[in-house]
Amino acid sequence: MGFKEFCFKKSLWLFHFGGASCNNCDIEILDCLTPRYDVERFGMLLVGSIRHADVLLVNGSINQKDKKRLLEIYHQAPKPILVVAIGACGCTGGIFAEGNTFAGPVDKIIPVDAYIPGCPPKPEAILAGIVKLLNKKPEQHKSA
Amino acid sequence: MSKIIPIGPYHPLQEEPELFKLYCEGEIVKDVKWETGYNHRGIEKLSESKTFDQVFFLVERVCGICSTSHPFAFANCIEEIGEIEVPNRAKYIRTIIAELERIHSHLLWVGLAGHFLGYNTVFMWAWKYREPVLDLFEKISGNRNSYAMFKIGGVRRDIENDKIPEIKKILDLVKKKTDLLTGAVMDDPVIHARTKGVGILTKEDIIDFAAVGPTARASGIAIDVRKDDPYAAYPLINWKVITAEEGDVFAKAKVRLLEMYESVSIIEQCLDGLKKEPEGQTEIVVKNIPEGIGTGHAEAPRGEVFHFAKTNGSNYPVRHKIRAPSYVNIATFKKSCIGQTISDATISLAAVDPCYCCTERLASVYDFGSGHKILGGEELIRISQKQTDKLLKL
Repeated sequence: MGFKEFCFKKSLWLFHFGGASCNNCDIEILDCLTPRYDVERFGMLLVGSIRHADVLLVNGSINQKDKKRLLEIYHQAPKPILVVAIGACGCTGGIFAEGNTFAGPVDKIIPVDAYIPGCPPKPEAILAGIVKLLNKKPEQHKSA
Repeated sequence: MSKIIPIGPYHPLQEEPELFKLYCEGEIVKDVKWETGYNHRGIEKLSESKTFDQVFFLVERVCGICSTSHPFAFANCIEEIGEIEVPNRAKYIRTIIAELERIHSHLLWVGLAGHFLGYNTVFMWAWKYREPVLDLFEKISGNRNSYAMFKIGGVRRDIENDKIPEIKKILDLVKKKTDLLTGAVMDDPVIHARTKGVGILTKEDIIDFAAVGPTARASGIAIDVRKDDPYAAYPLINWKVITAEEGDVFAKAKVRLLEMYESVSIIEQCLDGLKKEPEGQTEIVVKNIPEGIGTGHAEAPRGEVFHFAKTNGSNYPVRHKIRAPSYVNIATFKKSCIGQTISDATISLAAVDPCYCCTERLASVYDFGSGHKILGGEELIRISQKQTDKLLKL
């Protein structure tokens, strides 16, 4: 077992970065924690600091002010880390891509391992996306 | 010498990015400042590049939680310009969606408030009981959060009459669960101890800050757009405005919890009204929007949403201005947080149910040289009048 495989073998801790979003994806991520979906049964936990996290969830379009903070958070993260772009805005910029403050979709700023499209994606879709990411071979992980 | 305690911008407590600076002496908060812009998307500018049909999808994404209130206010605004009268069936459907949204938003707030207090049981319960409401949304509109139900002159989808018994069944379930939650929250000694007498806003404070929605109603001011300037199906049905006198966090929670019962009753009356209207009459065809200026408002779960639009007879709005309730409600932090301990300040911040993605459309006015001076009231009024003059000349 390689080091990367070992890192992502057990409980994943998630850090949530909400960019310039409409709040829907944030709510759906929180929804994953609540009794109906309950990601904690997989050992996943939302943590308060990026320094404790294995997965960085990014949602919302990224504006000029968010951009440098996202980069800083990515640099602070302990490597290897998996980055997941959630929602249409996280994947492409969505409806806000033409906005005057838009600074590029997440993958133009930091490497992204998984995309979960939808506006907003259902909690089931978020869970499915993260499970797919975990089943990926570690050499296919981009950020790390 | 006060110490600055920052909350945010990416704080685990808040799911949206914003920065609060609490100026503290010892454990007492002496001043509070907040910084925003992390969530700015330029929606008003984007709106000018979209057709009237597309703007509805855009304003829905101003805020995910109040994703009916913004289209509702915009529809009221454009229908005022075009002097359009929507069919009764569409009015009922609009009201049903708006009230369902209020239930889910208030449940969401109760959960988050519990989370802020460190009482995660309330958080888990409230969010569990919120799920049936979202299921209902999925049944009606096909999506859990952004419903895309509104269009000029009516609604996009009908609620068929044979769906009504099923909706009523789910509503009964929601009501039962709300009973349980209300009982648990209102009788809990821990919640009493943490929220009673905390973050008090008096009637005068509410008038000074021009606060709206449940924040104002919890201080004894019965301000509600649904009653003051009725729109859609609200004048056709029986309901009352919920108020409380105390003005503390507990009163705000009480107002929200009791409002959910009103919402359930409004939806039930609307469903009965729906049965009397012929099926399928959900919209009237609107060919073009004339030139004009219109304003529209709607009561969001957090207070009054206000939309202004100017049209020039083309397919696009020339100017679109949005004012969300949190814009005025957030300013009350200056009153409610000061003098509290840090631990009570968080729940006082959360008590007005602030929504930052709604609010992110202000231009802050700072002096470039010193970086401190904010324009005074008179100057702001002058700038605002100048802007209106400019718009009128367009």
